[in-house]
Amino acid sequence: MDLLTFFMLAVPLVLFAAVVILHPSPVYSAMSLVVVMSFLALYFFFLDAHMLGWFQIIVYAGSIMVLFLFVIMLLNLQNDPQEHQQPSLRTASRIGGAVLIAELVFLFSRSSSSEKAAAELPEGFGTVVALSEKLFTDFLIPFEITSILLLIAAVGAVVLAKR
Amino acid sequence: MIKLPPVNWLSLLPAIIPAFTGILVLCWDLGMKNEERHRLAWLGILGLAITAVVSFCLLGRNEPAFNGSYTLDSYAMFFNLIFCLAGILTFLMSIQYLHTSDIHAGEYYALILFAIVGMVVMAAATDLVNIFLGLETMSIAVYVLAGIWRQRLQSNEAALKYFLLGAFASGFLLYGIALLYGATGSIQLGKIAMHVNEHGASTILLIGVAMLIVGFGFKVAAAPFHVWTPDVYEGAPTTITAFMAVGVKAAAFAAFARVFLHTLGGIHGQWEGILWVLAVLTMTVGNITALVQNNVKRMLAYSSIAHAGYLLVAMVAGKELGGAALMYYLVAYGLMNLGAFGVIIAVGRRGEPNEEFADFAGLGFRYPLLALAMTVFMLSLTGIPPLVGFVGKFYIFSAAVKAGYLWLAVIGVLNSVISAYYYIRVIVSMYMHEGDKVPEKLSARPALAVAILIAAVGTIWLGVFPSASMALSRLSFLALG
Repeated sequence: MDLLTFFMLAVPLVLFAAVVILHPSPVYSAMSLVVVMSFLALYFFFLDAHMLGWFQIIVYAGSIMVLFLFVIMLLNLQNDPQEHQQPSLRTASRIGGAVLIAELVFLFSRSSSSEKAAAELPEGFGTVVALSEKLFTDFLIPFEITSILLLIAAVGAVVLAKR
Repeated sequence: MIKLPPVNWLSLLPAIIPAFTGILVLCWDLGMKNEERHRLAWLGILGLAITAVVSFCLLGRNEPAFNGSYTLDSYAMFFNLIFCLAGILTFLMSIQYLHTSDIHAGEYYALILFAIVGMVVMAAATDLVNIFLGLETMSIAVYVLAGIWRQRLQSNEAALKYFLLGAFASGFLLYGIALLYGATGSIQLGKIAMHVNEHGASTILLIGVAMLIVGFGFKVAAAPFHVWTPDVYEGAPTTITAFMAVGVKAAAFAAFARVFLHTLGGIHGQWEGILWVLAVLTMTVGNITALVQNNVKRMLAYSSIAHAGYLLVAMVAGKELGGAALMYYLVAYGLMNLGAFGVIIAVGRRGEPNEEFADFAGLGFRYPLLALAMTVFMLSLTGIPPLVGFVGKFYIFSAAVKAGYLWLAVIGVLNSVISAYYYIRVIVSMYMHEGDKVPEKLSARPALAVAILIAAVGTIWLGVFPSASMALSRLSFLALG
């Protein structure tokens, strides 16, 4: 991925991520999160991790976002009134954020000093074909057990939710 | 075109049969009238009986399957027999129990069968991913089963508690698996064992092992990961409690023992200390708390915690004797515990569960045979000869002494003495107290009676003639290699 594509994706991604935490309305925040997830998925596509990109869209931008929106709807969340926030919570989140930034800066400065060549990926890495080949050969048993697991989940959901 | 690897169908057969039966139950249920639904139970029993016969015929075989991520060995087959026993007795107890409750039969029977599929996979998996998936398959089915009596508030509470804490414990297990993979570079038990034997244990590996202990400790209800047990056992439908206490515990111990006694056997010295403490804590907490219970079902929940402690003693002892004693005791525990829960179900009526000690008063005069069966189960749980509980405890404690854990055995025996108080309290209230109220007569429940009879005969038979089943469990354990 060249630098231009990187920044073309990175700038809107960071902007929308900022909207997620800054916008007072939870619905706007949630919708911005969808955009952030989609941009992340685009990154995965450019990095040849096609399957991961689709997972990102289906799982995060799809189902998890629907869950978020349902919660917002059920709790009937309005614009976030500032006075409800506890000052101690604010301080704690600021300290946490500062520690995280310090950690990231530290890690990145270290990794650039001892830069290693990226390992060559095997042919077709991250594509649907490579993944499905793994699923049907090395991980055939886990794949089949998962089918029973999903059946249980479906039956269980019906049992617990029906009238 | 993907070339499929060679499939060892024989190794999958014990998992395929209950899965197929479960799907059949679900489909058959669709076009069925409510009063015919007991036939589903018989279909399930048939499926489990076939699974048991297949597993029995496959005993003695020892072949790896699917590049070493699954196996067909006597160890797994022996555990399959325990699961099928637990499943069949649960089905027999459920037939009339479901009439007195508002539980929908089709999904109930199917979920029990699917939970057994998960157990079978757990016992046969030689790959951490398969163990995890088997555990989740079993657990999710059991979470739903715990809450399947939706009209009862306690049942809902049980399911929610079990689900939330269980998901947390699964997280620990999964993290442990990831760390083990990071430390050894493989998720296959055989390769991990090779790595551990060659290089010993690194810090990352040991942290992973500790996480695995938390994950498995939760599923077997070992203290201090036992807090969910009493509420869940009390709140779930009694048949499901019996199934959980026996089946889930056996399956968790199957994977626990395979990973620890076989794969991590090379670093036995590194984890035996933790398990020693857990065993002592589990036995003591279970027994002491059981002393003050007034509800028999809740008392049995604490007793099941105490029994997890005895089983952990066998894990600490390890080697051939400890492993064989563990497997033998799981059979013993299964029989007497299923029987005891069967009697509790028999005493209950629609709308009034009758689970207090006071409800057992005078049972010895009104229903002498039922009381006699309960007496057998209680004495066996205490560990009084010539019943199976005594033989099992004898094997466990002698294995501990022979492996050099004298104090552990002493604490175990002392705990058994404490447990006598609350088990015999049931007998005392059945025979020496007059009930102050005369309850209405119990309706005849032949299938339940058969289940209790099977458990009682097994408890006595295996106690009087223990050698054959002990030899079988020893041979099965040795198949671990």
